[in-house]
Amino acid sequence: MLFFSYFKELVGKEVTVELKNDLAITGILHSVDQYLNIKLENTRVVDETKYPHMLSVKNCFIRGSVVRYVQLPPDGVDVEILHDATRREARGS
Amino acid sequence: MSWAGPDNFPSTSLADNLDSSCLATTEKLLVVLRDGRKLIGVLRSFDQFANLVLQNASERIIVGDLFCDLPLGLYIIRGENVVLLGELDPLKEELPLSMVRVKAAEIKQAQKAEQDATELKGTMRKRMEFLDLD
Repeated sequence: MLFFSYFKELVGKEVTVELKNDLAITGILHSVDQYLNIKLENTRVVDETKYPHMLSVKNCFIRGSVVRYVQLPPDGVDVEILHDATRREARGS
Repeated sequence: MSWAGPDNFPSTSLADNLDSSCLATTEKLLVVLRDGRKLIGVLRSFDQFANLVLQNASERIIVGDLFCDLPLGLYIIRGENVVLLGELDPLKEELPLSMVRVKAAEIKQAQKAEQDATELKGTMRKRMEFLDLD
């Protein structure tokens, strides 16, 4: 559940999601669920000329299983809290 | 900031994308599949695997500057094949204005030509492999 909780903290921030098919989409993180499915708002595709069918897509749902990377804003993590949470998760408590 | 269990947050449910049929304007969705196909239709149902029911589905085939919508009908898509689901903004152009809508026969021909070209490229590369080019 750690990454789910982590992503929830990032709701409202701008992220870039790179998919396994190399499509990269930038948008405001709207929501995330337990499968790490992601909903983005105000999206734009990084390489628009290569994916013309995405032109009029402004909101989208991305299935968690097809995500390769999520690029976060540089201030997207509080290291102290993340360390603590990671240790707690590793201990299983 | 809490890292405990789930608390209140907007869920990633697709329920917002369900289209009530009493609306005059039906909202079309774009579904991109793992094999690169693009389906357009009205979302009628979904579940936790992202299995989808699409009504009035059609496949949008794009080859270069040509495109075509092939009508398919009522489709159930198995969730594992879904890459993404996008709302098509009715106020925006669905495709760049430079793109031309053509007939089904024409797009199939163009698709085949493109396929043959990539195949040829593949065999050429294989034959040249001994040259150790990169």
